[in-house]
Amino acid sequence: MKTKSLLLGAVTAMSLAPAAFAERGADGHVNVIYWQAPSILNPYLSGGTKDLDASAVVIEPLGRYDQDGNLVPYLATEIPTLENGGVSADLTSITWKLKPGLLWSDGSPLTSADVVFTAEYCMHPEGGCAQLAKFEGVDKVEAIDDLSVKVTFKEAKPNPYGPFMGAQAPIIQKAQFAECLGAKAPECTSANFGPIGTGAFRVTEFRPNDVISFEANPNYRDAAKPAFATMTLKGGGDATAAARSVLETGEFDLAWNLQLAPDVLANMAKGGKGEARSGFGSLVERIMVNMTNPDPALPEGERSTAKHPHPFLSDVAVRQALSLAIDRPLLVEIGYGQAGRPTCDLVPAPAIYVSGRTECMTQDLAGANKLLDDAGWARGADGVRAKDGVRLKMLYQTSTNAVRQDFQALIKQWWEEIGFEVELRNVSASVFFGGDPGSPDTFQKFYADVQMYANNFDGTDPEAYMAAQTCDKAPRPETQWQGENISRVCIPEYDAKVAELGKTGDVAKRAELVKELNNMVTNDSHMIIPLVDRGRVTGVSNTLGGFVLNTWDSELWNIADWTRIK
Amino acid sequence: MTDVLSTPPRSQWRDIWDQFKSHRGALIGGVVFMSIVVVVFLGPLIWTIDPTHVEIRARNKSPSFSYPFGTDQLGRDMLARMMAGGRVSISVGLTAMALAITLGSSVGLLAGYFRKLDWPLMRLTEIFQSLPLLPLLLVMVTLFREPLAGAFGPEKGTFILIVGAIGVTSWMATARIVRGSVLALKEREFVLAARSIGTTDFKMILRHILPNVISPIMVSATLGIAAAIITESALSFLGLGFPPDFPTWGRLLYDAVDYMQQYPSRVIWPGVAISLTVLSVNYLGDGLRDALDPRIRGR
Repeated sequence: MKTKSLLLGAVTAMSLAPAAFAERGADGHVNVIYWQAPSILNPYLSGGTKDLDASAVVIEPLGRYDQDGNLVPYLATEIPTLENGGVSADLTSITWKLKPGLLWSDGSPLTSADVVFTAEYCMHPEGGCAQLAKFEGVDKVEAIDDLSVKVTFKEAKPNPYGPFMGAQAPIIQKAQFAECLGAKAPECTSANFGPIGTGAFRVTEFRPNDVISFEANPNYRDAAKPAFATMTLKGGGDATAAARSVLETGEFDLAWNLQLAPDVLANMAKGGKGEARSGFGSLVERIMVNMTNPDPALPEGERSTAKHPHPFLSDVAVRQALSLAIDRPLLVEIGYGQAGRPTCDLVPAPAIYVSGRTECMTQDLAGANKLLDDAGWARGADGVRAKDGVRLKMLYQTSTNAVRQDFQALIKQWWEEIGFEVELRNVSASVFFGGDPGSPDTFQKFYADVQMYANNFDGTDPEAYMAAQTCDKAPRPETQWQGENISRVCIPEYDAKVAELGKTGDVAKRAELVKELNNMVTNDSHMIIPLVDRGRVTGVSNTLGGFVLNTWDSELWNIADWTRIK
Repeated sequence: MTDVLSTPPRSQWRDIWDQFKSHRGALIGGVVFMSIVVVVFLGPLIWTIDPTHVEIRARNKSPSFSYPFGTDQLGRDMLARMMAGGRVSISVGLTAMALAITLGSSVGLLAGYFRKLDWPLMRLTEIFQSLPLLPLLLVMVTLFREPLAGAFGPEKGTFILIVGAIGVTSWMATARIVRGSVLALKEREFVLAARSIGTTDFKMILRHILPNVISPIMVSATLGIAAAIITESALSFLGLGFPPDFPTWGRLLYDAVDYMQQYPSRVIWPGVAISLTVLSVNYLGDGLRDALDPRIRGR
């Protein structure tokens, strides 16, 4: 009798155990598919979302944004604010406190020296740091003690959450990257391909542009997490195959960025293995207009640089005509359905920052024609406009993607109706967004007249995003072709306003400035032609638990909380 | 005497045609291939819809009187696109084949006929054979696309590039086959006889060797057309090759893959067109080989 009840007790205890204490690695393996394969795990050397997301599994910032855009501490004990004294009253400094006892995946302790080093790494004058905009206005970063770091800004910084906040500015290990400063940064292959981190997983194998294998980080701060023992991040293929592998066949648990025609996606979801979730953030599909001349006849190193202004796209009338000729609501209907909204703004959210101009919403081919006529661009015998021997002949490039190619065909037809000659080109997404300074086909090189892609900002404050369009951030040979000012916008007044935004604390005033900046590059000058405010569409398997779609940070931001639904 | 004169003299070409006629597969293949060629090259004169014209109100239409093959996701007419695509694919196939055959037969003839050239030319052939085709094509596309597009315009430039790329990477098999035949022929009595009356090397190759190796060349030529059409499709399928709005059969197939489940006809049309062309050309080649070989002829 006694043994029987003992056994019974033991059985009961065992059956209750998994529910009571979740255990690290108890849920086995998780498969994630990114149809753009990550090529590097160092976000400071790549602007690609795929690389940012993949590295977010391994390296973490001090704080992240949650699905509602709130700030959540990760490596820090709390988010420093004016109220808790973390931000100085004059807004010129912010002091972060690290959680005590944090370990890197190699077992060594994380200290403030690593945080200081991260800033030094990105702000190195010789290195083309892709995330320099996050460190805009930083004067110095210093360690107060082992667990506190103080960031001092040159001027009052109302939004001090640029450095070390969000997927674009995670902490890297000083010991690993110490030899990789400045121009040597791209040479440190083993570090760039396998950074030591504090995140839920660590890299076991990295095959660039292919597959990354991860295993649970044994030194992760929460002993019960992650629930998965191993993880595979498969890269490559295309959005269709990725969607199918989650929604229809169930081979993968998560598929990122399913930019597919709405009817295609709906049809796949009938497979019943998963669902497509979408959420609106700040992602805007846009056409970037090249303000510089990409003529192949120019010497290498001078193409698409500020040395040679564009022969006809530097005329504002031409750019405005390009924008007017586009029927945005129709583009949304064809390409995105419920997952898109037409927009004229580069900043589509949060609401207080949205300028809400709508004059681009209706297509006006007659108006566009008139603009070009008035500006002196007369139609030639072949219907293509020209002025002083300059023909309106453009190369329009984008990444290889069915929806984008449909957009290209449509927009080409509209532009040809108003007297442009348009040549289309599509580049494989992993090359286009790959950021390889040796490739002529990257979006940073921009060896085309106009190009189309989507971009967003992480977090809820667009300051860094606006600061990315300043004159000094244009990609050029001196920066190893890194930089986020893809259109090569160079308006002194814009740069001044960005500096002013950096000094303004009042939220209403900031919102005004952001709207002005937004209109300066979009609705007033048309250097950037926004098309569609895109929801992020993610395919999630029905057996994956804990995934929270977050449009304000990395897609894999809460990977430590994922579980298997049994 | 009168007996002999009563039957008119038969030309060699007549013999070839008679033999060819008796190969039913070749005849059907020839007819199919010719009709495909006629439709894609002359069809646009009758069916004048622009294959790249986007008619947004007529999206995803199923076949009807005004759109015999239906329309695609942007309302572009599929029949017009099929014809435009076929024109490009077949032109690429024929031109690339011509280039590859010219290169391959010249290399083969020279290597087989001149002992001194044999070693270097065959090693060159082996080098080319050991190069991986697709990566090589990708590199060529990256390197030469822009200069060629600048010199000849995007479409003609790409055409030259693709034809050139396929041509210079697919002549090796022909070269080896031709060389083998030439080596055997060179030792035959009629060649010795011709040599003994002082025939020059040039004449020898042109009059005695070349006509005798025409049948293997023909076979590799037909196989070459098929391979070139497929390689072009593969390049388009990879999103390389022609600009995205420029229809080729490979590109049509690539664009249709996403819609395979809802609109299977969009995959079937270009797929059938590619298969039918390749198959008919292969049969054609088979028949031509039989017809051109005097030893088989008449059997």
